[in-house]
Amino acid sequence: MKIKTFTNGVFKDNAVFRQFLGLCPTLAVTSAAINGLALGLATTAVLLGSNIIISLLASYIPKSVRIPSYILVIASLVTVVDLLMNAYVHDLHKVLGLFIPLIVVNCIVLGRAEVFASKNNVIDSTLDALGSGIGFTLALLLLSSVRELFGEGSIFGVRIMPEAYNPFSLFVYPAGAFITLGLLIGMVNMILNIAKKSRS
Amino acid sequence: MTYSILLLISAALVNNIVLTKFLGICSFLGVSRKLETAIGMSFSVAAVIMISSVISWIVYYAVLIPFDIMYLQTIVFVFVIAAVVQLLEMFLEKYVPELYSSLGIFLPLITTNCIILGVAIINIKDGYNFINMVVFSFGTSLGYAIAIIIFSGLREYIDQSVISKNFRGIPIAFITAGILSLAFMGFSGMVKL
Repeated sequence: MKIKTFTNGVFKDNAVFRQFLGLCPTLAVTSAAINGLALGLATTAVLLGSNIIISLLASYIPKSVRIPSYILVIASLVTVVDLLMNAYVHDLHKVLGLFIPLIVVNCIVLGRAEVFASKNNVIDSTLDALGSGIGFTLALLLLSSVRELFGEGSIFGVRIMPEAYNPFSLFVYPAGAFITLGLLIGMVNMILNIAKKSRS
Repeated sequence: MTYSILLLISAALVNNIVLTKFLGICSFLGVSRKLETAIGMSFSVAAVIMISSVISWIVYYAVLIPFDIMYLQTIVFVFVIAAVVQLLEMFLEKYVPELYSSLGIFLPLITTNCIILGVAIINIKDGYNFINMVVFSFGTSLGYAIAIIIFSGLREYIDQSVISKNFRGIPIAFITAGILSLAFMGFSGMVKL
């Protein structure tokens, strides 16, 4: 058990804040906390499946056709997740819409398959998938909570702000997504720099 | 006819694919550092969008619906796109080597650009007929080109200005994109479909 494989994906190499991967769904579905959480978990499920399958198959796949093979595995898993969500959480599926099939082209999934799962064993790949998936989910949850808090005055539909707070609707508009994510990445950088300075 | 014109304006400006639907953000941030590369990228993306939308639309209505296997949509479309990119790459390498070498690494990267798959899926979801599908794909490519070209112009200026260390690079690019997106919100309500 290498706990580092897991924590690296969550914090040090966080897909959204450190590597800037998977930004399209990050911006698009984060207008409410529940949507961010749902897409994060859907992506984690696909990532887990693809990392496990690919790490098991890696030695049988010829090098020259590996990318198409990985895409085939990922696309099949995404179709499974898409159909399952349509059947069991239909309302959420309608809100997320286009972005569930688009998990196929999420650079995080293919990236982890190519960089990690194809070169490591099943257990490490599972840990890596869980780490990256949870890191991605946390990032989506953070961004969507901030946007919902300021844009609607609530988180997960529960009112947090006092009654007198007038929602600043810029945060739920597309423009708000860009600005909020820019500010959050800047703040993460700032915290990291302060931490680095106090250590040295 | 009127519907097609409105659809074109809506896809290019009002519902701009990058700034209001958030597709293709990776390449929007990745290749917008210089104006020239942004222009090259928007042409190659436009070519792939047009070809792969037409093929995947035909495949959907000619193969997937008759055999009642619509749930294979995602898998089939991804492969259509990968094949189109591969063929385009081979074609350009053989017949237009100058363009091929100037586009370089952008071509293979287009496969994972979510705009391409997104447009192919929207074409089916919104049930466009053949002409409107072509119009919508063209409008979307135009919208992508407008957004990325304006944005790369802005970024060339930003690179020369003094910015707090924590916000240099990606964070300030996001905030700039947000302001650009605010500007595009001015088009909303211009076209009602």
